[in-house]
Amino acid sequence: MHARTEAPAETAPSWPEEIFGILQRFDVRQVPYVPDAGHSQLIERVLGASSMRGIPLTTEEEGVALLAGAWAGGQRGVLLMQSSGVGNCVNMLSLTQIFRFPFLTLVTMRGEWGEFNPWQVPMGSTTQGVFELCGIKVLRASHPDEVREVVEAAAGQAYNACTPTAVLLSQRLIGAKVFTK
Amino acid sequence: MSKANLLERRSVVSSLLAQRKDAVVVGGLGASTYDIAAAGDHDRNFYLWGAMGGAVMIGLGIALAQPDLPVVVITGDGEMLMGIGSLATVGLQKPENLTIVVLDNEVYGETGGQASHTAATVDLIGVARSCGIPDARAIATMAEVEAFAGEVQDVSSGPRFASIKIDSANLERVLSSRDGQFTVTRIRGALGFHPI
Repeated sequence: MHARTEAPAETAPSWPEEIFGILQRFDVRQVPYVPDAGHSQLIERVLGASSMRGIPLTTEEEGVALLAGAWAGGQRGVLLMQSSGVGNCVNMLSLTQIFRFPFLTLVTMRGEWGEFNPWQVPMGSTTQGVFELCGIKVLRASHPDEVREVVEAAAGQAYNACTPTAVLLSQRLIGAKVFTK
Repeated sequence: MSKANLLERRSVVSSLLAQRKDAVVVGGLGASTYDIAAAGDHDRNFYLWGAMGGAVMIGLGIALAQPDLPVVVITGDGEMLMGIGSLATVGLQKPENLTIVVLDNEVYGETGGQASHTAATVDLIGVARSCGIPDARAIATMAEVEAFAGEVQDVSSGPRFASIKIDSANLERVLSSRDGQFTVTRIRGALGFHPI
């Protein structure tokens, strides 16, 4: 969990709100997450929504298993995490192949586009490859005006076609974390 | 603890599930899944053959989606240790219909009987309590198992956690289906959900 520079409220981006709207329209009910500053606006909306349950995790792989259980119980979910958490999920991602359940994850990227912290680079550089090796389709959004259509497409193929899908929200979109001024 | 007084795992699981009614039962990979299969196949049985460390989280997902149904996770000490953080996640969500039962033989029985952490140091009941599951108890007799089987039906007093020390005998495997799509589709069907 890392705070990025706080944006003044009047300049808060609109794409997290667009994602929230898409999740509502797809009747997403369980939203497990490991916090990331890039997801903070969306997490706040989820925690304030009566139709959704935000579920903080201790590690990201818990969320994969949780969503398999949610599906067995008749609910849809989405996993929110940062790129560094993707590696934590690898064995548990087997469940997407074993159950063919509608798995959707939204991943905020680190380790790219002006990254300050070298420790983020190895996992950030392999995030897409790890997903693809695990049989997860990967879509990416790098600009605010494409987030809506990318997440909409991802949710559609995940929930309608049970095609496990990850959306990478680029660091270019979110803004690199500022450590020094 | 006297090793002579340890319970026998198949008797424990059969007793726990004898009056299961509408409960959904999740079995952790390995012997716990075989125990559940040995107690009788059921369309609400969620058999795991992998995903080590995921049993409690799968149970939590079902429990949150179906708050009026008892959900019982039955797993081993090794599987529980791998997903130990999930107890903290459950403690935060406090699903009142979720019960977690650890069949603790203090060894990794599937892989040659290597000692697990519970043999020496880890107190899973203490872990569960400190994670926010105050109803965490040791069960040591079959009479307690039978009483507990009734309690798990109460969907308004959980979450609850029980550690049951069992003997480490390797029993003949009773193989459940290992087709995950079949298992989940069957559970969903039993709950009234159709395939896509």
